[in-house]
Amino acid sequence: MYDFKALYEANSVQEAIRLLDEHPDAVILAGGSDVLIDTRSGKLAGREMISIYGMDELRGVSIDDEDNIRIGSLTSFSAICRDPIINEHIKVLAEACSMVGSPQIRAIGTIGGNTCNGVTSADSASTLMAYDAVMETEGPQGTRRIPISEWYIKPHQVAMAHDELQTAILIPLKSCSGYTGCYMKYGMRNAMEITTTGCSVNVKLSEDRKTFEDVRVGFGVAAPVPIRAHTAEQAVRGKEVSEENIRLFADQTLEDVRPRDSWRASKDFRLHLCRTLAEDALREAVRRSGGVING
Amino acid sequence: MAEKQYKLVTCTINGRKRSEMVDVRASLSDMLRNDYRLTSVKIGCEVGECGACTVLINGEAFNSCIYLAIWADGKEITTLEGLSGPNGELSDIQQAFIDNTAAQCGFCTPGFIMTATEILNSGKLYSDEELRKMLSGHLCRCTGYENIFKAVKKTMYSRLGMEYKEDDGPVSDIKVLNSLDFDNHRTS
Repeated sequence: MYDFKALYEANSVQEAIRLLDEHPDAVILAGGSDVLIDTRSGKLAGREMISIYGMDELRGVSIDDEDNIRIGSLTSFSAICRDPIINEHIKVLAEACSMVGSPQIRAIGTIGGNTCNGVTSADSASTLMAYDAVMETEGPQGTRRIPISEWYIKPHQVAMAHDELQTAILIPLKSCSGYTGCYMKYGMRNAMEITTTGCSVNVKLSEDRKTFEDVRVGFGVAAPVPIRAHTAEQAVRGKEVSEENIRLFADQTLEDVRPRDSWRASKDFRLHLCRTLAEDALREAVRRSGGVING
Repeated sequence: MAEKQYKLVTCTINGRKRSEMVDVRASLSDMLRNDYRLTSVKIGCEVGECGACTVLINGEAFNSCIYLAIWADGKEITTLEGLSGPNGELSDIQQAFIDNTAAQCGFCTPGFIMTATEILNSGKLYSDEELRKMLSGHLCRCTGYENIFKAVKKTMYSRLGMEYKEDDGPVSDIKVLNSLDFDNHRTS
């Protein structure tokens, strides 16, 4: 038995917003792979819960009228991994989601929960950062669209009021077209592992595959919240696909990252990881794009 | 909780339609063990790490300890009890666990077998690496992983009508359906 003060089930977005308004201390329960564990440990024990898990309208991946990939907030990691739209347009998101927890955790964990809990180690977040995703929320004031660059305020806090609900994550198709990505996660073991540091790189190469038309990189656990490394991106944009530029890119990521010491890893080790992961992930993204280094 | 909250949960459990008034605070493992006496559902860590409580929900493996019982309404649940035949005949994967000595203390066994059932029901051939990843949501405290792995791999081969040899080498030499095969992926 879980220690809940009360549990309310929302069957529609409007009902969820009303329940949130009526219960200012209530916690949203999506898949529960964080919230139920925190309830068990005592951190969230005795609280009111609003379960949105039953809202199938928030599940699934589609392409909307404005040419965005629309991922319903309750879509599970395993559903994302096998989704044909994701695998066609932004396969690296499937790669990142396939590294979350274990198969059973991927079956229950949702991408909405992964981005609303505001943690820097979220495996999906660095890729969503690197593809300029947009968060869609519903609240009493209506629909809001928040670019992911403005989403994370600080650890465990995102740009959403208590009576708002994240309903979807949008990824513009133009942000995917021509780009190929690679996500690399460093951890002490291969499963059930919280990322020590993670890096999602994607590249768009010129037609002859000799120039970086664009490079984008997102990091998890390289700062208090997921971040982009714009200095590194700027450093190689428009430049030749070469070993020197790949190393320049990796070095320049250190201008943007600001990891800290934690019991999981030291700051110095994380700085090393940022550089190494960025280098390896960029090299792999180039290979997947059919590019030849120093070709 | 100030006053107890209950909800009628109707679901199909091991092929039979069942209904029960359930405390909204109950996990699915609480409901399966306490209301339906399905004690193959083991409670180990209760935080979704060990996999001992794994059941299939609409064919997909979930940790029932971090799944609310009320969410099971309208779903199809399979536990280990649902795998054997009408006269208690064991399924191929259960028999393979016996034949390969894949159970030591046995606590992790039902969970492992449920995940293995999902893997085998996909009808696909997986490489050793893929199989290990797919089984990674289970902890065996006796550390009997090699025999568990062998039981699943042998059953996969036998279902696909292929001969299993100890020295077969990695399965990845054979063309394998891999959902994350980047080499076949190019954006133009």
